[in-house]
Amino acid sequence: MSIAAKFEIEYLQYLDPEGKLVVKEKDLPAFAKDLDHMVELYKLMVSTRVFDTKSIALQRTGKLGTYASCLGHEAAHVGIGSAMKDEDVYAPSYREYGAQLYRGVQPREVYTYWGGDERGNDYQKEPARHDFAWSVPIATQCLHAAGSALAFKIRNEKRVAVCTVGDGGSSKADFYGAINLAGAQQLPLVAVIVNNQWAISVPRSIQTGAETLAQKAIAAGLPTIQVDGNDIIAVRKAMEDALERARKGDGASVIEAVTYRLGDHTTADDARRYRGSEEVEEARAKEPIKRLRAYLESKKVWDQAKEDAWQAECDDWMDNEVNAYLETKTQPVTAMFDYTFAELPEDLARQRAEAISLESKEH
Amino acid sequence: MAQITLIEAVTQALAYEMAHDDSVVVLGEDVGVNGGVFRATQGLQEKFGPLRVLDTPLDETTIAGATVGLAVQGMKPVAEAQFEGFIYPMMEHINCHAARMRNRTRGRLSVPAVFRAPWGGGIRAPEHHSEANEHLFTNVPGLRVVLPSSPARAYGLLLAAIRDPDPVIFLEPKRIYRQYKEEVPDDGEALPLDVCFVLRDGTDVTLVTWGAQVKETLEAADELAEEGISAEVIDVATLTPLDFDTIAESVSKTGRCVIVHEAPKTAGFGAEIAARLVEECLFDLLAPVQRVTGYDTHIPLFQLEMKYLPSVERIVAAAKKTLAVS
Repeated sequence: MSIAAKFEIEYLQYLDPEGKLVVKEKDLPAFAKDLDHMVELYKLMVSTRVFDTKSIALQRTGKLGTYASCLGHEAAHVGIGSAMKDEDVYAPSYREYGAQLYRGVQPREVYTYWGGDERGNDYQKEPARHDFAWSVPIATQCLHAAGSALAFKIRNEKRVAVCTVGDGGSSKADFYGAINLAGAQQLPLVAVIVNNQWAISVPRSIQTGAETLAQKAIAAGLPTIQVDGNDIIAVRKAMEDALERARKGDGASVIEAVTYRLGDHTTADDARRYRGSEEVEEARAKEPIKRLRAYLESKKVWDQAKEDAWQAECDDWMDNEVNAYLETKTQPVTAMFDYTFAELPEDLARQRAEAISLESKEH
Repeated sequence: MAQITLIEAVTQALAYEMAHDDSVVVLGEDVGVNGGVFRATQGLQEKFGPLRVLDTPLDETTIAGATVGLAVQGMKPVAEAQFEGFIYPMMEHINCHAARMRNRTRGRLSVPAVFRAPWGGGIRAPEHHSEANEHLFTNVPGLRVVLPSSPARAYGLLLAAIRDPDPVIFLEPKRIYRQYKEEVPDDGEALPLDVCFVLRDGTDVTLVTWGAQVKETLEAADELAEEGISAEVIDVATLTPLDFDTIAESVSKTGRCVIVHEAPKTAGFGAEIAARLVEECLFDLLAPVQRVTGYDTHIPLFQLEMKYLPSVERIVAAAKKTLAVS
């Protein structure tokens, strides 16, 4: 018998959970040697967590609807967002705030959407303004990114479409379809599987029989890598490599970022029903912010005073965002009609008029 | 000027629009080298290349999802489902994304895409190749559902569908793909969407239909005329958004209405038209509205399928039933 195909999956890590480098300093990627830049990434990871904590507090006090926390995903998300160029397009699912804040989504917009108002998806700042909105149906965004990549290829634009999907989402036909099309057509796509070990209550172990999620890319003919998703240097480096390949015309890549969902699936979920606290505590010891802080402190570019000052700045920023959200008036009832079509059809105009007349009776 | 069939009109519209608008692309299974299993995209790949006429992997989910992505990036994709019975895996992307993107983002993003599918029965095809399921889309806000019934309307409506800024489900009655030819000038003139076409004027009864049933309905009108009954025939063409005014105007004149469609009866689109007539035209009606439709069964395999599809005989009988009431 001969061998028809063989594969290996590389694993990439630079920073261990204690914040110590597992490689020699000289082998760090260029961006990681720039400690000012590393501080910037750290600050965004911290502000993402402050934002997340605030979001949950808002939900618990009845000021927000269901919210999906990103606690523990900060390195993966900021690593993705910070590697992308403005002209690229991002297709997230619904948890990747770290990436989205980097691309200009404002916390007030997140609150507006999860607070029950579609205007939260009308991102005002570039480059987020040309990114996709949150995609609740699992993994569907992967194909939207693949279609976007196809558009870039047809128009010969040096742009890359990036999608993120969870470990659960990597089971869906849409994920397989996206990487398969990208492989068949050599599309400028980067598909990142943010493997946080849990799809609501279903653990990674019964999501698939595959040893890694990264290896799913092999079947699509794509380069792939598994990275420590709590190590921002590893995530960012894998992203940079994949983005460069795509931009050069060498096609798509898959990255599996291994992390852990430290919070509940959403505020409507109670993870204590299906997983033990021991597992969570073990994961918490490996979380991304602590290790990066330890590393930056060892490099003497961060300390408690800076931490306190940045925390205070984040708190002010978030207060400002929350106030802007809470002061936003509800949309008029006509809003539900006005974006159904580019032009309001006559039939719908009648229903709109009916809704307006009911409105005026109520007031 | 050349006389062309309905399917040739589809090809002609695609070729016209691709030649005049670089953002128009066609994608689907076998649409490239093979020119589509019905030849709707014949010759297009030679003219416009393998990227603008893209043979996709064999996965309808992929086709629909990639279509949404293309459209959001400003392309005008025309996606083909090889048969209407294979459109189901596309529905998540059509219903959850194409139809909602504009609303979800308050107009920031939109999906100017066309989803084409050969539709309906009567061609002696295997299982899943004969569905009429337009009603699964007519209840979805944000979609236009269009069914042409002649070569000229196929050309004009497909051009309009491609140019429309919102997603359009374009269902092509494959039974009449090659039924007859007519002159269709390749002038790039689109027909209006959201408008019903009155194909025949009449005074005694209004026959409302769409798709392949336009053929039987017109034949029924001929038969009724021989018996001195004057039937008005309306091709709805764009089911949603519905131009109900044209139907109401006709029924107000005739006082009688028969709705003919191929899809199952219960909760078919005929039910919507009947309900609207009751809501808005009850006192103009001289007789109860009748529906001649497919039965509430799966369309049978081909030995029995012609007994399932509405026949001229059934349409004539229903029209006479409305006239028996005075």
